[in-house]
Formats: sequence, C-alpha cells, structure tokens
Amino acid sequence: MAASEHTVLQFGTSSSTLTAKIHPLVIFNICDCYVRRPDQAERVIGTLLGSILPDGTVDIRNSYAVPHSESADQVALDIEYHHNMLVSHQKVNPKEVIVGWYSTGLGVTGGSALIHEFYSREVPNPIHLTVDTGFNNGEGTIKAYVSANLSLGDRQLAAQFQEVPLDLRMVEAERVGFDILKTTMVDKLPNDLEGMEASMERLLALIDDVYKYVDNVVEGHVAPDNSIGRFISETVSSLPKLSPPAFDKLVNDSLQDNLLLLYLSSITRTQLSLAEKLNTAAQIL
Amino acid sequence: MANTNTAPMAMARSFLQVAATEEVASPLRVVQIEGLVILKIIKHCKEFSPALVTGQLLGLDVGSVLELTNCFPFPIREEDEENEAEGANYQLDMMKCLREVNVDNNTVGWYQSTLLGSFQTVELIETFMNYQENIRRCVCIIYDPSRSNQGVLALKALKLSDSFMELYRSNNFTGEKLREKNLSWVDIFEEIPIKVSNSALISAFMTELEADTPVTQCDYDRLQLSSNPFLERNMEFLIECMDDLSMEQQKFQFYYRSLSRQQSQQQAWLQKRRAENAARKAAGEEPLPEEDPANPIFKPVPEPSRLDSFLITNQMANYCNQINGVAGQNFSRLHLMKALHEN
Repeated sequence: MAASEHTVLQFGTSSSTLTAKIHPLVIFNICDCYVRRPDQAERVIGTLLGSILPDGTVDIRNSYAVPHSESADQVALDIEYHHNMLVSHQKVNPKEVIVGWYSTGLGVTGGSALIHEFYSREVPNPIHLTVDTGFNNGEGTIKAYVSANLSLGDRQLAAQFQEVPLDLRMVEAERVGFDILKTTMVDKLPNDLEGMEASMERLLALIDDVYKYVDNVVEGHVAPDNSIGRFISETVSSLPKLSPPAFDKLVNDSLQDNLLLLYLSSITRTQLSLAEKLNTAAQIL
Repeated sequence: MANTNTAPMAMARSFLQVAATEEVASPLRVVQIEGLVILKIIKHCKEFSPALVTGQLLGLDVGSVLELTNCFPFPIREEDEENEAEGANYQLDMMKCLREVNVDNNTVGWYQSTLLGSFQTVELIETFMNYQENIRRCVCIIYDPSRSNQGVLALKALKLSDSFMELYRSNNFTGEKLREKNLSWVDIFEEIPIKVSNSALISAFMTELEADTPVTQCDYDRLQLSSNPFLERNMEFLIECMDDLSMEQQKFQFYYRSLSRQQSQQQAWLQKRRAENAARKAAGEEPLPEEDPANPIFKPVPEPSRLDSFLITNQMANYCNQINGVAGQNFSRLHLMKALHEN
C-alpha cells in the first residue's frame, strides 16, 4: 500500500494524454474468472494491478477477481477479500499496485459508479476496464474509462466516465504465439526447428508478396504507392553492404563455428552413452 | 433382445472396472495446460529473470491427463525460519482466496524458472519427493526465459520416474542396486508431453485481438541472427559440468582402487590364515576361524552415491541437446541470410 503513494496518475484537465496498455494475461484472467463465476452472478468484477509508466501510460499487468453481490440498486464488494489478495500479490511483486478495476459487460452500468468510488479511495483516479464477454455487439469489446466528477460549486452531481485509448497490441502474446493461444486445443508445443520453419515460411511468403507487388507496379497493373516504395527501398538498404567475398567469409566462419559446436556436443553425447555402456558392463563383470 | 439387455450391464461393469483400475493408478500421459497458466508462468519468470522463481500449480487430475487450470507465484524466498512459516501462510491464504472465486483448489505440482536448462539438481528431486508425499500425482513445469528470447516456448513438464523414486526413498545409489533396477541416468526424469487448452471465450477474444500483421514478435525473435551469447553460456555450463563429472569419476576411481587394495589385503590375510590352519591341523590342534570381523581390513569401504554423477550426466545431455537445437536453428538462419543476400 505504501508503494501506491508515489504512483500519482497524471491526470486533471489533460485527460486526452492518458492511455492504457493491457497485457494479455489480464484478459485471460478476466475470461477465466468469468467462466468460473458463481451461478447467479451476471458479471465479474475485480482489481487491476500494474504501474504507471514514466510517460503517463497506465500499464495494466495483472488482475484478480473480487467476489461481489449485486441487487437492483446496491453493490456489495468483498473488501476484506480485496485487501487480502492485494497483500498476497504485493508479497510477490511489490512494484505492482492498484491501477483500477475491471468488470465484464458492455460499457458502464449504474452500479459502476459506486464501485468506482470505492477504488477512487484506494488509488487516485483509477481506470475502469470493461470486457464484453457476452459479445453483445458481435465483437469482444474491450474499453477503458476514467471518471471525471461533474460538480457544481461544492456539490457533486455525477461521475462522468470518459473513454481513454487502450493499447491492445500484445507483444507478450505474440511471443508465445497466437497459434497456441487462439485455438481451444493444441496437442503439441512446437519445438525449435518447427517454429523456425513456420517463421521462414512466413518470411518467404512476405518476400513473394513484395515481388508480386513490385512486378505488378512495373507492369502497370497496380497504381504505384510512394510510401510502400519507400518502405521497400528502406528494407533493401537495411541489408549491410558487404563485398561478396567478405560476406562469404562471414557466413562460412559462422557456419564453421556452429559445426564445431555441433561436433563437440555430439561427441560429448557419444561419450556419455559410451560411458554408460561401459559402466553397466563393468558392473556385470 | 438378450444382447440389448446385457449391453448396459456390461457397460456398467466395465465402468466399474475402469474406475477400479484407475484407482490403482493409471500412468500420467499428458499435461494439459491452460493458456492462462502459461502466460502467468511466463510473466512471473520473466519479470524476475535472471533470479530463479517458483510457484504453485493448481488443477485437476483426470485419469491419465493432468489439467493445469491455474497457478500462483511464490514470493522470492529468503533462507530464514520465520519466512518459511510466512511462506506457508501465504500459500494457505492464496489457496483460500482462489477457492472463493471458484478456482480449482487442488495442488498438482509446481513451476520454476531455470537458467539455460540447468534444473537437474538434488533440490529439484527433494522438492518433488516432498510434493509426491502429499499428492499422488504431481508434475513440475520448467520454464526457461533465456531460451524464450529466441522465439521458442521453452516449457517442459517433468516428473521423476517411479523406479527412481523408489530408489531415492531407500537412498541407495550403489552400483549393485542400480543394476538390479536397470536404472541409468536417462531414467531419472520423465518428460510428459504438453497440451495447451483454452476456453472458447478466450479463443474468441484472441481471434478478435490478433493483430492482422503477418509478422509477429515471435518471428522477429526467431530470425534474430545473434545467438552467440546463448551458445557461449551453454558451452561454459557444459564445461563446468564436465569438470564436475571428472571429479565424480575420480571419486569412483579412488573407491575402486581402495576396494581392490582391500580385496588383495583380505586375500593375503586369508592365505596366511589357511597356511596357519594347515599347520595347526598337522599339529592336531583346532583350526582358527577363517573370518575375523574385528580386523579393519574387513570393514566394507563405503561406496559413493551415483546420484550426483547421474544428475550431472543428465545435465550435460541437456546442454548438448540445447546446443544442437540452437546450432540447427543457426544453420537455417545462415543459409536463409545467404540466400537473401544473393538475391
């Protein structure tokens, strides 16, 4: 809790600069909690953990669900649970502090204001993330909001939820591979060489695409696009300029290094299995 | 008619039989991991890399499949009595909390990060034995953040083989026992194939969120040309292991030498005794016993445990595999680069 004091959200009049970045784990977690929600519950809500990056972006890195009960005009949040879980999470990673809360469903609902008020007491200016697990408008909408108070003089009138841009690019998920995360069942993890093969195939396909495009432009089938041309020339010029003998030498040297390593490791392996055979033979004697 | 009547009966019986046989223990064939667990493990391991971290795996044990549906990280442990109790409390708290949101609250093992695959240690075996005492079937997931930087999902599910566990319990790693069990270094760890499953909801979201660019971060990582630091570290570790192994072998040589010295001493003593006995017999006296337990040369020389050398051998085999894998990747990369350059 002490750590949260110095993560002041830079917010006030300049709400337009605030952005949020979400890690795929958070979405996975929310979906999992939604799948496991209690029978009578309509939605799940929970706490978002993360940090504020130096440029003011809210980095949402972790989350946990908080049990709650909801009736027509009331929301009861299990605050004790929330605090227990927070303490546990901070034992592991003290750098992650509360940055806001999430709820499933499309957009902001009436009860949200109450919960938002609670989280505003935990951390200044929390983020409210909504994940539409019901696919209400045909797509999984994920949105982030911050709330601004509308007040007249000293009197609070209402809380207004403003949408903030959300960065959904998932470098971490890409690292693991969408092939694995996208389907419901994968029988086998790709090993070194299979992954390599897939990547190379993709690269080849891309190069083919570029070839086709360039050929089409040259022959006049497609209208030339300067920006694409610039990208292509940049890509080509990013190859280091080396004389063919120098390049050959470089490649061959690396090849030989690798071959040597391969040889060494193979010889070690042979040695190991030989030693094992000898060992058992010696024991039998 | 008779057939249709007996079929359900037979089914019921066979179901019972199946249940009964499963009670005995069906071997663990597949570990089925949720994408959520993979991401959680990766996040935890990566954030603390290069420090090594561990965490608990929660899930269900269904027949020959072990489903991992959730996990939680352990705080970094400091060697302290007080902290140990605190760690246990933390575990209990976490389990309690997770149960409240309907997470499978059933420990099925643990995960840990590793550096270049150097995980085959006595500690791992000890932890495994500890877990095994409480849970009939448990598994250890190993994740290697250093390898993942090259675009490989370096996840491994391991368990100790049954015959090894039996041997470890009796703590008897002499050559004779190992021969009896026909156990070699390859048989210590069993790697279990990993399946990945995701809920339909997550699958839908991921399809929605997948960037439409044809190139992913994973491809960039894989096509990265510089793997030399990785290979160098690997070689260093391999060489260290070799040193360790040669130390172990020296121990064994020493043992065999002292054993053979002892045997020759015993032989000499026995001959002397026999000659003496023959003389006594000729003189009509009672022969002396042919064994003398009090004599120090009959004290058995303790045989060094082979566990360490087995583990080191395993480790070396692992490094060799890694080097082979990365070198193989390098070949493809280099040839690719050559082809590109020629174009």
